[in-house]
Amino acid sequence: MATENKKVELTDLEQFRLDNGLALTEEPQLTTLNLGPTHPATHGIFQNILQMDGEKIVDAVPTIGYIHRAFEKIAERRPFYQITPLTDRMNYCSSPINNMGYHMTVEKLLGITVPKRAQYIRVIMMELARISDHLICNSILGVDSGAFTGFLYVMQEREHIYDIYEEVCGARLTTNMGRIGGMERDLSPKALHLIDEFLKRFPKVWAEFEKMLTRNRIFIDRTTDVGAISAERALSYGFTGPNLRAAGVDYDVRVMNPYSSYEDFEFEIPVGSKGDTYDRFLVRNEEVWQSLKIIEQAYKNLPEGSYHADAPHYYLPPKQEVYRNMEALIYHFKIVMGEIDAPVGEVYHSVEGGNGELGFYLISDGGRTPYRLHFRRPCFIYYQAYTEMIKGGQLADAILTLSSLNVIAGELDA
Amino acid sequence: MELTNENVLGKIISKFGEENIWDAFNPDGIMTITTNRESIHELIKYLRDDEELQISFLTTMCGIHFPGQGDKEMCMMYQLHSLRHNYRIRIKVFMPASDPVMPTMTDLYATANWMEREAFDFYGFIFTGHPNLTRILNIEEMEYHPMLKQYPLEDQTREDKINTYFGR
Amino acid sequence: MSENTDIKLVEAPDGISGAGFFATSFEKVIGLARKHSLWPLPFATSCCGIEYMATMGSNYDISRFGSERPSFSPRQADILMVMGTIAKKMGPVVKQVYEQMAEPRWVIAVGACASSGGIFDTYSVLQGIDRVVPVDVYVPGCPPRPEQILDGLMRVQELAENESLRRRNSPEYQALLASYNIK
Repeated sequence: MATENKKVELTDLEQFRLDNGLALTEEPQLTTLNLGPTHPATHGIFQNILQMDGEKIVDAVPTIGYIHRAFEKIAERRPFYQITPLTDRMNYCSSPINNMGYHMTVEKLLGITVPKRAQYIRVIMMELARISDHLICNSILGVDSGAFTGFLYVMQEREHIYDIYEEVCGARLTTNMGRIGGMERDLSPKALHLIDEFLKRFPKVWAEFEKMLTRNRIFIDRTTDVGAISAERALSYGFTGPNLRAAGVDYDVRVMNPYSSYEDFEFEIPVGSKGDTYDRFLVRNEEVWQSLKIIEQAYKNLPEGSYHADAPHYYLPPKQEVYRNMEALIYHFKIVMGEIDAPVGEVYHSVEGGNGELGFYLISDGGRTPYRLHFRRPCFIYYQAYTEMIKGGQLADAILTLSSLNVIAGELDA
Repeated sequence: MELTNENVLGKIISKFGEENIWDAFNPDGIMTITTNRESIHELIKYLRDDEELQISFLTTMCGIHFPGQGDKEMCMMYQLHSLRHNYRIRIKVFMPASDPVMPTMTDLYATANWMEREAFDFYGFIFTGHPNLTRILNIEEMEYHPMLKQYPLEDQTREDKINTYFGR
Repeated sequence: MSENTDIKLVEAPDGISGAGFFATSFEKVIGLARKHSLWPLPFATSCCGIEYMATMGSNYDISRFGSERPSFSPRQADILMVMGTIAKKMGPVVKQVYEQMAEPRWVIAVGACASSGGIFDTYSVLQGIDRVVPVDVYVPGCPPRPEQILDGLMRVQELAENESLRRRNSPEYQALLASYNIK
């Protein structure tokens, strides 16, 4: 029987090996590479031990917990109002959303209804926080793909957002904004003026930033099909927020379970299709425009009225009253000393944080502190998909994927 | 079909029986039910795969510790969400502290992996079938599960906290 | 041609000058040079790191102080700026980074967490980085404002300018390192 003599096509590499007397196929030589926990390109402290075949990532083992601060344990030992500063430090890129999400949870437990004006002020602040969060994420994505200019440019704009925060609550980053029952003070004329200025100036800045990256050939080539995740996998991994929307699922807590009067505003939910880095970038970009639209509506239609609920048991009385009025003095003392008992109950409340559904699960046993407070931290939940997203890709792409996921170390490790 | 607490509970009970589902109540608009360790995996699988319910998003899960409650000392809470119907449900499983063993949900939801590791790290829950049940946030050498109520919050190595400074 | 008056030069150190020469001590010249080119290693872990970003950004601009090059490699860094909470899991990493830095090296603990553990007096947080490495300057605040971080940097500049060249060889300094178990 004649054997068929097949001509085999050799690649250049195989021909080279044949000519030099090397084995045609070789087991890949894996290199172990330790990325993190203090790698300059990982913004925050994440460690990944990578198995590399050349530049290709074969496997990754993530380690987290390098900034574990035991928020949930602290929360069990603090009176309700002292927990707000902890939420600041969870996702420090968008602290007001964390603060107000927590306040709304406690209000749900206590059965307090917040007046319309306070709700609108909250919306303005939360959307400003969303802008400052997305602005960092997208500009850092630019830095990681080689465009430092955009970062320096929009950082200046973030300072203007911080100016507004400072006028409203006195702090820049860890805002501790508002109180259980509303805002701590009304928007001052200066704050209103700053918001107005911001609304006028920011669209131009953001349009320029977008122009620099969205149609940039290099940027598109670097980010398309990088770190893609399908909608099914994303849902199984518990993705929410911009990362899920980039994969094509239009889940947004602001629309699904409106809180703080979000149902009053007209806005759209941008959705991506492929769930890759470029889609995530575009979704965040568009969300900034939508946030601006919401702020504009809230600013124009800011209702008159009180900026806090009438709940003397839980809301600190004004300082002048404390000096003159016996009742106010007693409430002030009881609240500050943490001697206010909360009703027995169990609530879950979620808000659309910078990175997705930020949930607070609170159990109260009728005492002065929460019995259990569990934070649903979106970063913690979706960071576990990172391994799957970078496998088979290049090392440089892993960095881009990480920055486009916008993982905040404080929220990841709680 | 519009999902309401009544019809969802009716469906679950007709499938799993009164003896496995009890204590249904509604603390904050989210129906909370209690089940046992034998049924939890089947229940979550059923909620996910049922054509009508489609409760197929694991929002969060966490452990809770109720010291001195005997057989109900340790509690595991699952919160699920049907994105199609915008319906949320909360499921609790109680067990004694001497035997905190549960089936894993990692085969149903990829996201359960780290959440279960966190519950192990904080409370010492053992999830049978989990691919890699190790500590996630605390250091490997830690000898206890810090979120249990009997352990202190504060760092025990500080020497500058003298009670007289604080009027205690 | 108009003279540009915006450019500021540092003052020359004390010394003897004459026609065509200027004599001063070696220590002063090196101190002067070091002062104006301190390369920081931003060891940013949490919130304070975001404020460092603002310090680095266009409004506050840390490069005015000769620190525009964040040196992420410890070998080339002069100042270790620890910004943010250091958990017990992270403690050994801080120490390792410090050990990898070349002398002379300075450490700034930026923010309450790095200085003393801050509000996180918990089982998982290191109560101040001075438990693992010697610290030169503490910057208070939670988080400190960018101005405060700049002030901390200027304090290190002062140290760098006035430090004796032989300080790092002194038995006191060796004893300090030995007390931290650093070789």
